[in-house]
Amino acid sequence: MILWSLLIILVAAVGAFLFAKSQATTLQTNNTGRLASLPGQHGLLAAAVAILAGLAGIVVSIPFSASFAWMMPALSVAAATIAAFFTISRITPNWHARNKFEAIVMGVLIASSIVAILTTVGIFASVVFESVAFFRQVNIFEFLFTTQWSPTGTPPSFGFIPLLTGTLLITFIAIAVATPLGLFSAIYLAEYASPTLRRWMKPVLEMLAGIPTVVLGFFAALTVAPLIKHSGNAIGLNVASESALAAGLVMGMMIVPLISSLSDDIINAVPQSLRDGSYAMGATKSETVKRVVLPAALPGIMSAVMLAISRAIGETMIVVMAAGLAANLTFNPLAAVSTITVQIATLLVGDQEFDSAKTLSAFALGIVLFFITLALNYIALRVVQRYRQAYD
Amino acid sequence: MNQMSTARATEKNTQMVGERSTRISARKVNIYYSEKHAIKDLSIEIPDRSVSAFIGPSGCGKSTFLRAINRMNDTIDGCRVDGEVRLDDKNIYDKDVDVVQLRSHVGMVFQKPNPFPKSIFENVAYGPRIHGLAKNKTDLEEMVVASLKKAGLFEEVKDRLNSPGTGLSGGQQQRLCIARAIAVNPEVILMDEPCSALDPIATARIEELIDELRQNYCIIIVTHSMQQAARVSQLTAFFHLGTLVETGDTNTMFTNPQDKRTQDYITGRFG
Repeated sequence: MILWSLLIILVAAVGAFLFAKSQATTLQTNNTGRLASLPGQHGLLAAAVAILAGLAGIVVSIPFSASFAWMMPALSVAAATIAAFFTISRITPNWHARNKFEAIVMGVLIASSIVAILTTVGIFASVVFESVAFFRQVNIFEFLFTTQWSPTGTPPSFGFIPLLTGTLLITFIAIAVATPLGLFSAIYLAEYASPTLRRWMKPVLEMLAGIPTVVLGFFAALTVAPLIKHSGNAIGLNVASESALAAGLVMGMMIVPLISSLSDDIINAVPQSLRDGSYAMGATKSETVKRVVLPAALPGIMSAVMLAISRAIGETMIVVMAAGLAANLTFNPLAAVSTITVQIATLLVGDQEFDSAKTLSAFALGIVLFFITLALNYIALRVVQRYRQAYD
Repeated sequence: MNQMSTARATEKNTQMVGERSTRISARKVNIYYSEKHAIKDLSIEIPDRSVSAFIGPSGCGKSTFLRAINRMNDTIDGCRVDGEVRLDDKNIYDKDVDVVQLRSHVGMVFQKPNPFPKSIFENVAYGPRIHGLAKNKTDLEEMVVASLKKAGLFEEVKDRLNSPGTGLSGGQQQRLCIARAIAVNPEVILMDEPCSALDPIATARIEELIDELRQNYCIIIVTHSMQQAARVSQLTAFFHLGTLVETGDTNTMFTNPQDKRTQDYITGRFG
């Protein structure tokens, strides 16, 4: 029925547009002076008002739609028609339909952005709500400060420290791999590569960002992890078959294009006059890059790295496949570790009762993750703001 | 006003006669941007310890030729230079010339002030640092202070050497760029319309500075303002459509030009 109602409203809107436009045109030919708004603008206003009134009709009739199926199309088309006729009846030479339509456009744009904000608020509220339920069963201090994570054990324990260290360890490895690789390739692309080469290389690098993480995950689990294990064993190291190093390396490769692409744009935004100034002093290319271009681009590059860190912290698939599920409290990159996201995924996969501490703990982990990425995004935003001020 | 400055220039010229020797000489220089022939068969002799002005309408190639003197055109894709430009009898386009060294001898000041996003001190210390001119920290500080003094900026910034160079006014930024250029002890300073982004007061300050600097350096200035050329220079070269139309003593050029085109340009009939 909604589909029918929408279709009818659309027809009503087109009708309103044509009718309003012809009314205004007639007025224009009969009137000696100029109209305040063009006929087309009167038409647009009538159509927009008809659509809004029709949608309001749909919303109002939703509670009755179960008992009176015909009510929705009837109510919406009635509302649309009445509103359209009311608007058309107001067409006079001095009626500023153009400004009214502008106000409606602005209203629609505001409404769209509010939907995104409300969704974020809603997600946050639901996570907070479930976490509160969790913290009624488990002491918050046990959760934040103890070091044993086994939600399925008897008795279960919920110390999230090992997950935090696991997350930080893998993120650290990933950033340590991706920052130099991404930054150096950005410098090469922006400062050294010929335009032709750059046109080819940049899309290829960005293609790496398009590989689904689940594919990267089995690459990590089936290729990189065994490789590390065997080469580690060959030199007498004890390497777990699923290691933080494997997950971190592959995750690093995942965020290289993110860092290189953003940094490339930032380096290109550094004014050419600064480079000229440096070359004119007799500086070489690498001296110019090191002493003038990078310092100028540093705030932007830092915020790119921050974005990459939030991306790495939130990444799940690669870690599920390559780093294992064992929540070990260790900083040894060769051991198996688990991360916050992996635990959330495993806790909520399959049929679960949503009142046990085990399931609810996923939400508590979620809120911690939320705060970590929020803090990082905030820092990144502040850094970007400082960068913008520096160039104005 | 114009007459007054011309008179001033004459006075300077009489002082300088006989002291000047040729510092830069260009022979049959041709410059191309990809297909465009920007400079055609240009030959010129530029004297030491004086100010030479390149004038001419926009797009006549004066900036292009200026940038050929410290090989800044090397950084532009598709730009090709033929012929020879001799600095002290050494062709700077020879294969064995190190561009880095050349540019430490031939400094440049740009149209728009372009201080690095660093402190005032670090801006001036940039050249001495990359060329390893200072033996230690005190040495470097002395160099920076001396350069700022020569550029007439020291008194205004001595209390805030550590604040950013981009925070200065336009005229101060341009003097900072001049201080930066002279910190490496160049012999030649190229100035590409150094006052075009400045107000008249800042312009007057820079012109005074150029006049002082001419005691120790060979200065070449590209300018759109004929009054400026008349005020600060001893030699003037008029460019038109990629060719050098006329070169001569500034005073003579402005009072008695030989070529019809020069005459039309300096009397404001075109350009």
